[in-house]
Amino acid sequence: MLIIVWELVYKIGVEVLGIWKPYTFPSPFSVIQTLIGLIADNTLGIAIIASLKRIIVGYLISLIIGVVIGLTIVRFKYLDENFSALILGLQTLPSICWLPFAILWYGLNESAIIFVIAVGSTFAISIAIESGIKNVNPLYVRAAKTMGANGLKIYWNVIIPASLPSVVSGMKQGWSFAWRALMAGEMLSATKGLGQVLMVGRDLADISQVMAVMVVIIVLGLVVDKLVFGRAEISIRHRWGLDRT
Amino acid sequence: MSLIIEAVGKRFITKHKKTHTLEQINLEFKKGEFVCLLGPSGCGKSTLLNIIAGLEKASEGKVLLNGKEVKSAGPDRAVMFQESALFPWLRVIDNVEFGMKMAGVSREERREKALKYLKMVHLTKFQNSFVHELSGGMKQRVALARALTLDSEVLLMDEPFAALDSQTKNILQLELQRIWWETKKTIVFVTHNVEEAVILADRVIVMSANPGRVKKEFKIQLARPRQADSLDLTYVVADIMKALKKEVEKVAKAEYDSDWNIEKDTVLRDADHSVGIGI
Ligand SMILES: Nc1ncnc2c1ncn2[C@@H]1O[C@H](COP(=O)(O)OP(=O)(O)OP(=O)(O)O)[C@@H](O)[C@H]1O
Ligand SMILES: [Mg+2]
Repeated sequence: MLIIVWELVYKIGVEVLGIWKPYTFPSPFSVIQTLIGLIADNTLGIAIIASLKRIIVGYLISLIIGVVIGLTIVRFKYLDENFSALILGLQTLPSICWLPFAILWYGLNESAIIFVIAVGSTFAISIAIESGIKNVNPLYVRAAKTMGANGLKIYWNVIIPASLPSVVSGMKQGWSFAWRALMAGEMLSATKGLGQVLMVGRDLADISQVMAVMVVIIVLGLVVDKLVFGRAEISIRHRWGLDRT
Repeated sequence: MSLIIEAVGKRFITKHKKTHTLEQINLEFKKGEFVCLLGPSGCGKSTLLNIIAGLEKASEGKVLLNGKEVKSAGPDRAVMFQESALFPWLRVIDNVEFGMKMAGVSREERREKALKYLKMVHLTKFQNSFVHELSGGMKQRVALARALTLDSEVLLMDEPFAALDSQTKNILQLELQRIWWETKKTIVFVTHNVEEAVILADRVIVMSANPGRVKKEFKIQLARPRQADSLDLTYVVADIMKALKKEVEKVAKAEYDSDWNIEKDTVLRDADHSVGIGI
C-alpha cells in the first residue's frame, strides 16, 4: 500500500510534472534493487551488526547509569531538589551535541559513539526510574510493612514491581533516544554501521542507497520498539488492568 | 494475648496547621474480643488504628502487645484497609501468599495455606485471576484471606466494607463473624456506621472529636450471628446513636460554617436502611 502511494508520487512528481529530478527522489523499485544489492554483497549485514553492537553496549551502559542516578536521587532528597531540574535540562539537549566532547575525550572511535548513545538515553531512564518510584502508591508499602516486609524486601517485592509500568515506558523512550543518537553519531564519525552506509550513499549521490538505509533504520527501530518494549508494556498493562478503556 | 493502649496521644504538625487528633486514649483489648471503634469522621479512628498497627508513631503514650511496646509495623498485627491494597502485579493466589513469602515459608506450604484461606472466603475459583478482574467485594475477601494467613492474634480493620454496596456488606459482615468465631482472633474494627458496629462487636467504643477521646463504651450482648434486621439490634443502635449524635453535631459545628445545624431526632437513614450518621 505504502509502496503504491510512493510509486504514484514518484510517477507524478518525477515523470509527469518534473518537479524532482530522478536522482533526488528514488522510485521504490530502484530502492528495492539497491536494498537487494546491499544485502547481497553483505554491506548491510555488516552495517547492521556494527550498529546493533554499538547500541546494545551504549544502551546497557545508560541503563546501568540511569538506574544508579535514578535510585540515588530517590534516596537522597537533597540531590532531588538540586539535580532533578538539571537532569531534565540535560535530557532536552539532543545527545549529538555531546559529540565534540566525546571526540575530545575518546578520539574519533567506537567509544565516542557509544558515549553519545549512552548520554542519549541515560537521563530519560533515570527520570523514569525516579518518577516511577516516587509515584508508587504508599498504601502498597504500608500493606507490605504490616505483612512483615522491610528494607530491601520492600524494594524488591513492592517498589520495583509497582514502578515497573512507568520504568518500562522510560526504557522504551530511552531506546528511541539511543537509536537516534546512534544514527547521528554514525553519520558524523563512523567507519562502519548503518549511518555510515547512508552517508556513503550521499557521497556517491546515490539517493536510492540513502533511501534504502532509511527504510532499514525505520524497520529495525519499529521492530525493537514493538517486539521488545511494546510486548513488555502490553503484558504489564494487561496484568495491571490498565488496558481497559 | 494482651493488647493495651496506654495514654496515647497524637498531634499532627504541618506547615499550615496543628491538629490535636488524639488525647489520652486508654484502652484494653481482651483475647478473642471483637471491638468496634465508632466515631464521627475526623475523630482519629484511623490514626489510632495506624498507631496500633505501628504505621504511625504516637506523640505520647504507648501501645503494648503482650507486654512489648509496639515500635513498628509487623505481621503480629494484620491490617485490612478500606481500599483492598492488593498488589496489581500479582495474581490473587500470590497476593494471599505475600505475607508467608516475606516470612520465608516454603513454596508448597505457602500454596496449601493460601488455598485454605481462599476457601474460607469462597474464592478458590479466582486464584489465578488478576486483581483488576475482581469486584470490590471480592477484593476485600482476598484482602481478608491475605490478612488471615499471617496467623496474627490481632486483626486491625479500617472501614473494610465502607465502599461496598449494602447486600455485599451484609454478606461480608456475616462471614466475618463466622471467621472470627473460627479463628478466635482479637479484632479491632473501625467504622462510622453504628449498625455495622452493633452487628459485629462485643464492645463498641464511641469516640469524640477535637481532640479524639474515648467518650463511652457499650457492651453488646446480643446473640450471634446477628442480622441487620433484628429488632433488639435496632434498639441498641438507637441507644448508641443518641450518644453519637451529639458528637457529630459538635464536629459539624466546628468544621462547617456556624449556621449549620442538625434538627433534633434526625437519625439519618439512607435508602437501604443502613443507619449511617450522615458523614
Ligand atoms: N498525616 C496527617 N497529617 C496531618 N493531619 C492528619 C494526618 N492524618 C490525619 N490527620 C488529621 O487527624 C484527624 C483524624 O484523622 P483520621 O483519618 O484518623 O480520622 P477518622 O476518624 O479515621 O475519619 P474517617 O471516618 O473520615 O476516616 C483529622 O482531622 C485529620 O485532618
Ligand atoms: Mg478513617
